[in-house]
Amino acid sequence: MQRIGVFVCHCGTNIAATVDVKAVAEALGHEPGVVISQDYQYMCSESGQELVKNAIKEQKLTGVVICSCSPRMHENTFRKAAASAGLNPYLVEIANIREQCSWIHKDIATATEKAIILGRTAVAKVHLNTPLNSMESPVVKRALVIGGGIAGIQTALDIAEAGFDVDIVEKQPTIGGKMAQIDKTFPTLDCAACILTPKMVEASQNERITIHSFSEVADVKGFVGNFTVKIKKKARFVDETKCTGCGLCTEKCPMKKVPNEFNMGLDNRSAIYIPFAQAVPKVATIDPNYCMMLKTGKCGVCSKVCSAGAIDYKQQDTFIEQQYGAIVVATGFNPINLDKYDEFAYNQCPDVVTSLELERLMNAAGPNGGTLLRPSDKTHPHTIVFVQCVGSRCDDEKGKPYCSKICCMYTAKHAMLIREKYPDTEVYVFYIDVRTPGKNFDEFYRRAVEQYNVHYIKGMVGKVTPKSDGKIDVQASDLLANEQLHINADMVVLAAAIEPDKTARPLATMLTTQMDTNDFFTEAHPKLRPVESATAGIFLSGACQGPKDIPETVAQASAAAAKAIGLLCKNSITCNPCVAHSDELMCNGCSSCEKVCPYGAITYIDKEFRMPDRTTKVRRVASVNPAVCQGCGACTVACPSGAMDLSGFSNSQIMAEVDAICK
Amino acid sequence: MQVKENFEPVIVAFCCNWCSYAGADLSGTNRLNYPTNVKIIRVPCSCRVNPMFILRAFQKGADGVIICGCHPGDCHYTSGNYFTRRRITLLYSMLDFLGIERNRTRLEWVSAAEGAKFAATMQQFTEDVKALGPNRRLEDLRCRKQ
Repeated sequence: MQRIGVFVCHCGTNIAATVDVKAVAEALGHEPGVVISQDYQYMCSESGQELVKNAIKEQKLTGVVICSCSPRMHENTFRKAAASAGLNPYLVEIANIREQCSWIHKDIATATEKAIILGRTAVAKVHLNTPLNSMESPVVKRALVIGGGIAGIQTALDIAEAGFDVDIVEKQPTIGGKMAQIDKTFPTLDCAACILTPKMVEASQNERITIHSFSEVADVKGFVGNFTVKIKKKARFVDETKCTGCGLCTEKCPMKKVPNEFNMGLDNRSAIYIPFAQAVPKVATIDPNYCMMLKTGKCGVCSKVCSAGAIDYKQQDTFIEQQYGAIVVATGFNPINLDKYDEFAYNQCPDVVTSLELERLMNAAGPNGGTLLRPSDKTHPHTIVFVQCVGSRCDDEKGKPYCSKICCMYTAKHAMLIREKYPDTEVYVFYIDVRTPGKNFDEFYRRAVEQYNVHYIKGMVGKVTPKSDGKIDVQASDLLANEQLHINADMVVLAAAIEPDKTARPLATMLTTQMDTNDFFTEAHPKLRPVESATAGIFLSGACQGPKDIPETVAQASAAAAKAIGLLCKNSITCNPCVAHSDELMCNGCSSCEKVCPYGAITYIDKEFRMPDRTTKVRRVASVNPAVCQGCGACTVACPSGAMDLSGFSNSQIMAEVDAICK
Repeated sequence: MQVKENFEPVIVAFCCNWCSYAGADLSGTNRLNYPTNVKIIRVPCSCRVNPMFILRAFQKGADGVIICGCHPGDCHYTSGNYFTRRRITLLYSMLDFLGIERNRTRLEWVSAAEGAKFAATMQQFTEDVKALGPNRRLEDLRCRKQ
């Protein structure tokens, strides 16, 4: 006979305000098998757990139902409490009467009625719960970091520091990411390259870090502690081990009309190229779309000048396979494409640039050697207009609904730098709101306004029109003065919204992690588990999780590293015991389950069965490997004979829940 | 069919643990209201939902059953929701054959970030089922509570 204890939590007023908790406890006390039914202020508190533990011991409970918040929140808390009182943790069930009842309903009578039904459903389920024991599975002591920007580099350095091997997979020919393209950083005006490149070098010299540049993740299999990842090393047509990075090939290459991605297409590079002077690894890469040798078979200059003999026109994509215990995603962001923003004339006028393009125009390694000149006629601009929130905080289809977070600060930085270097230049900034929450951020913005006399105007830019004399007419509204403005500008800078990198979506599918509607990775809990994904063993670092500036990215990168290290430190981890199992007497060996299993956890074995007439018969039956099974339950439905069942979510348990709801 | 004024349908919602159950929690956290008629059963994946469970619910007197899972391609178990999609499509054709209104059963993709969609879906589904009236065809009267 079952002895079930029901514990109803008030959660302060979170539950008690809309659900009559005493009535719930009273009603559930009459359910079959329930021997004790109590309510308490905070069941998850020390004393609340003590209440549960004492009841388990005193009443010799065989099952526990907690009516409280979501099991995603406190299931583990109560399972641990039960285990410490000597009850198998899997004999605990949670009825979610907060997120799925008290918080969404207002009427006390109906909410209480629903809470009773939810509690009754959990009681019906717990009647059929069986004790389950977790298995242990080993942890591979190696981590993979996907993305080699500042987030990926910081995470890799921290993990390597703790003594674990780390691989960085970067899709570009060099690590460094967006930060390498930035000129100065706010609010200190540090030179970005000066603080980033030492870290890049540190990563390349660390013997525990392996950098796979110009590579992509092709496939991910396995689960926490034991992922198998296939990495595609794209052909760069240069032998990485031989190339010394001397750069002679890039000088001699006759094909010099290739838009330079590193400088945002503002100047050209050769078909064989090293992205920038401090690239890591400093190895040349041939762009097959432009190389004459690869396209027509006639040229071969680079191979002739290369004294190291590193050029290999026949190189193919190669695949490597590696085991990892933990994976950190650091895929970063990109500015959005501004093709749809015709009103800002971005595609019509070369002097309308994005902020990232302006970074390159102002950078000493940029197309103009650090002198700010108009891209169209290489003259010095005297009036510059900055437009904020281009595509950010936008309700329509064109833009993004969220705030890109970094634009207010980098625009203040740009305005300040321009006024500092070229005091004869007038700078206008059109904004909706100026958002500067951060250490020393507001002081920085105020300096731009007060000390550098940047004209901040609250209002939106309606239209940008290039004129025949090379100037640009900016039509805008000043909301505070309530007037229309026409500014005769030389350059317009658009603070384009940022969006997750396009590779993030297919990667999320491979990693089976969740994304939000904007393709940012979803964290396991928005407040308490901000660097873990809901999928165990996958951690999030940097702007792939949401817009972030550099200090926040670095902080999150180190946090993700700490979480990954915590996992890698363990020799083994407990597996989820809610896995499938097959009733061998009912199994007819049809292979239906094997075909649907996404993990290949089901194999068939020949087993000897004793027949009623004392003969033995060998039959083919399904056998589930509990270490590989992840407990999705696809096989249980596919099984035509009902032999397959899932522990913790068995057919009879779910049927009992259905019955309890419909009663 | 005579529909009673105050007909309150019984609705069973199967939600996968990784997306839709989290989406339901999110709609709770955001205090997005939906009718009390909806009672959620947590399953690891939408592919755990045996069509038998749905029929069982109707037999026991449920007026509507909704299955929620991760968006196609986003399944935590890689391919589970594809199985669900095919199984429910087959179940639809069987329910059509039996003459059971199509709107009583629904399959919906709700991600962990779509709390608003979850609440709106439940609101809409409850209204649809209310409009259909009680499930009389599949309910087994012997199962009815005395």
